[in-house]
Amino acid sequence: MSNPAQEEIKSTITTNDVVLFMKGTSSMPQCGFSSRIAGVLNYLNLEWKDVNVLADEGVRQGIKDFSDWPTIPQLYVKGEFVGGCDIVTDMMLSGELDTLFTENKIAFDKDAADKVREANA
Amino acid sequence: MAIEASVIENLIKEAFPTADIEVDGADGVHMSATVTASEFTGKSMVAQHRMVFAALKGKMDGPNGELHALALKTKAKA
Repeated sequence: MSNPAQEEIKSTITTNDVVLFMKGTSSMPQCGFSSRIAGVLNYLNLEWKDVNVLADEGVRQGIKDFSDWPTIPQLYVKGEFVGGCDIVTDMMLSGELDTLFTENKIAFDKDAADKVREANA
Repeated sequence: MAIEASVIENLIKEAFPTADIEVDGADGVHMSATVTASEFTGKSMVAQHRMVFAALKGKMDGPNGELHALALKTKAKA
């Protein structure tokens, strides 16, 4: 018995390079942690897909089962789970996020990324 | 329904008996934990965090999950 939420999740992360399952939307985040990661993605001028888990309880629980990760937000790049708020923040500050995007040929604003690191140095 | 720092610490201690564990946070809903454990050696950051979430045995998930957020810092013990 295929699970519609799992199917929807799979198709979303395979048809979009960068996907953030979050509370709220990219323009109107509704949780501090989701807002922080959405802010990073927007600031780096990335093209990314937001999925508002508050709008669909099936996806909200489904994504946690899918990634075996109990919290939201969850970032996916090229179909792979990258992490939640802490890990993505650490990767942003360490430069690992830049490497991940570059390796996956995903365009982003490198100067903006450097500015974030300078601001947090 | 909030959760005590000591409850979080004990759950993590059960799973990582030799780890250095520090749990902070006062409201019992937005908490933070720093865990330094030998079990993390060679594991990715995501894997390390998953291990800690597993130790919390469902305290975090779902609408009635007591813990809304747990800021995690994990490190492998040298």
